[in-house]
Amino acid sequence: MATTEETQAIMESLPPAMLEKATAAADWVIILPVAIALVCGALLLMLRNSRGTQAVFAALSVIAILVCEVDLFIRVLETGPQAMTMGNWLPPFGISFTVDMIGVLFAIGASFVTLVVIIYFQAEIVAREVRNGFYSLIMLLLAGVTGAFMTGDLFNLYVWFEVMLIASFGLLIIGGRKMQLDAAIKYGFLNFLATTFFLIGLGYLYGMLGTLNMADISLTAPNAPVGPITAVAALFLLAFGMKAAAFPVNAWLPASYHTPDPAISALFGGLLTKVGAYALLRTLLLLLPGSREVLDPVITGIAVFTLILAPLGALAQTNLRRAVGFLVIGGIGAVFAGLAVPSLRGVAGGTFYAFHSMLTMTALYLVAGLVERMTQATDTRFMGGVYQFNSPVSIMFILLVFAAAGLPPFLGFWPKLLIVEAGLGMQDWLIVSAVLINSLLTSIAGTRLWAHIFWRSGREGDEAEVFNDRLRPLTVIENRASLTAAVSLVAVIMVLGLWPNLIFESVRIAASDLLQPERYVSATGLEVTP
Amino acid sequence: MLSDLDISICLIAIAPFIAAIFAPVVQRFCAGMTGWVLSVVPLSIFVFLTSFIPEIAGGGFVYAGFDWVASYGLRFSFFIDGLSLTFGLLISGIGTFIVLYSGAYLEGHHHQGRFFAFILMFMGSMLGLVFADNMITLFAFWELTSITSFLLIGFDNVREASRRAAIQALVITGGGGLAMLAGLIMLQQLSGQWNISGLFQYAGVIAEQELYLPILLLILAGAFTKSAQFPFHFWLPNAMEAPTPVSAFLHSATMVKAGVYLLARFNPILGGTVEWGVILSIFGGVTLLWGATMALKQTDLKQMLAQTTVASLGLLVMLLGIGNEAAIIAVVLYLVAHACYKGAMFMVAGSVDHATGTREITALGGLGRIMPFTLAAAIIGVAGMAGAPLTVAFFAKEEMYAALLHDGLSGLLAQPQDLLAIAVILVGNALMMGVGLAILIKVFFGTLKPTPVQPHEGSLSLWAGALVLGVLAVFTGVAIGWTEQYLITPVASPIHNLLVNGQLYLDLTLFTKPQFYVSVLTWVLGVVVFWQIDEIRTRLRAFSRVLNWSFDALFDWLMFGLVRLSDALTRFWHHGRLELYLLVVFVGFAAAVIIPLVWENALPPMPELTALPFYEWSILLIAAIGLVAVLIARTRLVAIVSLGIQGFAVALIFLLFGAPDLSFTQFMVETLSVIILALVMTRLHLDQRDSRIFQDVFRDGGLAVICGVGVTVLMLAVLQNPLDMRLSDLFAATSVPLAHGHNIVNVILVDYRGLDTLGEISVVMTAGIAILALIRIRGGGPQTGAGAKKPDSRGNRTEKAA
Repeated sequence: MATTEETQAIMESLPPAMLEKATAAADWVIILPVAIALVCGALLLMLRNSRGTQAVFAALSVIAILVCEVDLFIRVLETGPQAMTMGNWLPPFGISFTVDMIGVLFAIGASFVTLVVIIYFQAEIVAREVRNGFYSLIMLLLAGVTGAFMTGDLFNLYVWFEVMLIASFGLLIIGGRKMQLDAAIKYGFLNFLATTFFLIGLGYLYGMLGTLNMADISLTAPNAPVGPITAVAALFLLAFGMKAAAFPVNAWLPASYHTPDPAISALFGGLLTKVGAYALLRTLLLLLPGSREVLDPVITGIAVFTLILAPLGALAQTNLRRAVGFLVIGGIGAVFAGLAVPSLRGVAGGTFYAFHSMLTMTALYLVAGLVERMTQATDTRFMGGVYQFNSPVSIMFILLVFAAAGLPPFLGFWPKLLIVEAGLGMQDWLIVSAVLINSLLTSIAGTRLWAHIFWRSGREGDEAEVFNDRLRPLTVIENRASLTAAVSLVAVIMVLGLWPNLIFESVRIAASDLLQPERYVSATGLEVTP
Repeated sequence: MLSDLDISICLIAIAPFIAAIFAPVVQRFCAGMTGWVLSVVPLSIFVFLTSFIPEIAGGGFVYAGFDWVASYGLRFSFFIDGLSLTFGLLISGIGTFIVLYSGAYLEGHHHQGRFFAFILMFMGSMLGLVFADNMITLFAFWELTSITSFLLIGFDNVREASRRAAIQALVITGGGGLAMLAGLIMLQQLSGQWNISGLFQYAGVIAEQELYLPILLLILAGAFTKSAQFPFHFWLPNAMEAPTPVSAFLHSATMVKAGVYLLARFNPILGGTVEWGVILSIFGGVTLLWGATMALKQTDLKQMLAQTTVASLGLLVMLLGIGNEAAIIAVVLYLVAHACYKGAMFMVAGSVDHATGTREITALGGLGRIMPFTLAAAIIGVAGMAGAPLTVAFFAKEEMYAALLHDGLSGLLAQPQDLLAIAVILVGNALMMGVGLAILIKVFFGTLKPTPVQPHEGSLSLWAGALVLGVLAVFTGVAIGWTEQYLITPVASPIHNLLVNGQLYLDLTLFTKPQFYVSVLTWVLGVVVFWQIDEIRTRLRAFSRVLNWSFDALFDWLMFGLVRLSDALTRFWHHGRLELYLLVVFVGFAAAVIIPLVWENALPPMPELTALPFYEWSILLIAAIGLVAVLIARTRLVAIVSLGIQGFAVALIFLLFGAPDLSFTQFMVETLSVIILALVMTRLHLDQRDSRIFQDVFRDGGLAVICGVGVTVLMLAVLQNPLDMRLSDLFAATSVPLAHGHNIVNVILVDYRGLDTLGEISVVMTAGIAILALIRIRGGGPQTGAGAKKPDSRGNRTEKAA
């Protein structure tokens, strides 16, 4: 216990900003996205019996969140990272929300994807799921994800991980199919473990550094003993690697993502693994760059195996959404590759890839959902004939396959270009080959899916001229909601692929702030010690 | 800033894409006239391009472009010189006829709109490819040509052969393209230049770099796959699954020449070395002989033409490998000649197919009287294939022989590799000529054979293109002086990086040159081949039956192997058994906590145990007993209770070390866990005993011990240094005066770290919703009844089933 004199001394040493200055009104926008999402989550629970208003309310709140985030994005672009500390207990004491480019970029991606999914869901809507709190869970998931992207406090990050995990667990089981329960068990066990590993690592880190503020950690970590701090970094690598579904701890993803409604798959595909990827970039680059260097061979190994095994998994699958799940994993390999060649280009590439993957993987799941609707099957062997049947869905699917494979001029190409460039610059032939082989294997897997589902006119084993007679056209509501939502998302992906300048600029800033934390640290008000 | 010229030049590549978007709409409104309407696009590009001829022929260059990705320094930049302009004119010119031709060829096809969209997109990609200056722009268009080619080969989508050929072409050309990307980036990193035009200043310098060979091999991988060089040649004959206009345009006249274009483009930068010469000559030569021989084996018109296309591409690559001035002139002449006559021949083959319903050469004959215009086009086309005098192909042939006869006949005999090269070219040319003659004579002369469809001459748009291209091939030959000024010098000079002056004349001096007599030898041999073609074909077929092996089969075997391998790997890693997944995860955990400490040699020393009072010892003892009891418990219920005992002991330790809040929480958690676990046990009728076999118990127990030891050791290592008390000190100091609370733990929960608490409250709310949903499954879920009654078996079975 501190004595009275010590108390006095501490009180006097407090920065005046902590006592006298209130948080500027404009800075409240930093916490607003999370606050809106949480409040709306609670309100939607109360509204759960009025089905009509829920969707509109949820969509409007996500739009409000998006508006806040775009405002933040502009501020970060113009003046650098923004920070707000809860209760004005200035760092390292209270919880800071520190929004830098990578955080706000991912947060925008997440909210946008959520909005698209909410619109898409209008066609699949199941009354029971809505009554059971579907929209509430969506908003809470968004709150968790957004909080994770924006928080500047490591323990607070853990809290958002928990929110996200339990909300996603709820969404996974809400349909109540048997398959979903089995999936939820695997998903739940492995993800709870991952979160727990994160917590264990966090405890050790606090034991060594005595601080939880990320900016403060990046300042004090170099003083910590190398062995234990590397162990902590290894724990983070394991925990976030599991969340991101990297090889070899990714079994939960292919076991669970294809079981809920396509809209929920899409939301998971867009959001969950990316939070893991984000946390990896944040902890291993901004917080513990020294340990990342020690772990470099491990990261390279994970990257190479994930990049190569994931598309092979997609190649082996006959369940469409399971195959897409493997493509999601492949993208995580690309993020790891960026982490393995952490020059400005490499990190920018990894960041870019994660952002691209948010949009593209969501879109792939949405399109897969439409295909399942039309073919009334989940297995590609029983699909076929969609090419003749529905042009928009066909066009979207093939565009997304090439976007996922990273062929130019689609969105996925640019991050791979950056990573390959970084790899060649460091003469890391392994990473370069793995990234390129991943592109090739992904296009093989994707075009095979395309050939089976779209080009082949009937089901597997049918005569060539036999047309798939189980196809049914999309209903009016499916056209109005689901198709429109998917088309808008794909349009955004295409436009960003053709004019990637803004994203390039953003990820360059994001990478430079991750690699040189000065701006991040000073935004929180901490002194950068030379 | 963007000038009008910049925009219009960039539109060369972009306009076809815009047209492609509207093509299906146009098709809906114009139906039969669509081909005529849409051909306006390539035609206007052609006309626009012709306006550059004077400037380029005068030795000038045109640059254009705009910033594409400014923050990455990437420009969408175009560069017009003789080489790219010639390609551009060929693409847009032939493209005009192809669009017209497709309008008639696919009339009434239910996907004609899509077809036009694809082919226009291809045209835009190809134009972009040849005009691109920036290497990334070039690569983007390069892969776009692969993608559009994929869509066009698979156009006849109901047939499995088409789908397979499409994927095969994409895998090979796309894969080569990716290798090329690595090469291009390395080139950029060596020179700091993204622009090809900027790389010319490094001619000769790059070849001396250490990375020259990897760069060369990677770029060649791109060029060889695209231009169907041996051993990547087999996708091209398979690509003939595409409708004939596609074969004529993509797989003969333009796309497959992209590789040759790339080699010609990079000749000044990467060429001139021994490696370049040897690799190109050998691969080109083998491809030439292989393609020409395979052509003899075929009886399908399109297959015959496809194989000769492979051979021609080999010839072009070989000439680029030889690389002297005459060889480069030959490349330019042959490039133009081939694009014209082969495009024409494909259209002829398509017209014959369209008119008779078959492409089998053995089933055709005597069509000349019925299809006079097509016959005329075929005669000129075959004259080109044979390199007959007056055609531009004749001069091409003269020049390629001249390239190897630079020191006369005696010089040739002194150079065995030149002798070999000339023999290869001679044989290759003769074989191709034999194939050409076979097509012409067997299809159009002799007696008329019955065919599936009553033969008739096609409409204007079916034969006009072939005829015009054929006439063009003759015109450029007759007016060789004009060709020299407008074609050879402006095109060959950038390839050769020197001003090239071919001095070609159509006069009597021809007969004084040795190469003329080699040409005569070629013709003689070609006629012999034609005369014996049936015999040769029989022999070749017998041979390949004996061999029973092909590259195509190898590709299938590899693809099949890949799928099987994927299947095995995925089964291995994603078996669906949760306990094994957990095992992997915990192995990872043990490695994460232990290996860094061992690796960094940071294992902590044994801690000094301070003297503990007896009650502390006894609590420790209880905890230890609880743990041991968990391990040796016979039934699960006992294990659960023992774990609870251990937990209570830990809670007591918390209490003794001044953390009452924590302690109370721990008591609650432990109590609830025991109750809930016991309930789960009884309600779900789980087995009383753990049914794992000994090996599993040993494995799991061992891993658990390792993890526990690891956690402890790491904890000890962390405790080596005193805890930084900044945060606790501040909380203690400010709790009362600033936060107005006496219970620090409460103040931490609601003030200092209030947001965490808010988050945790939302976790509880969310968990509530999830549980609500779970409970309701029993009432209204899709699988009620059976599932809920026998939960014990369900848990195990479904796990394995997934």
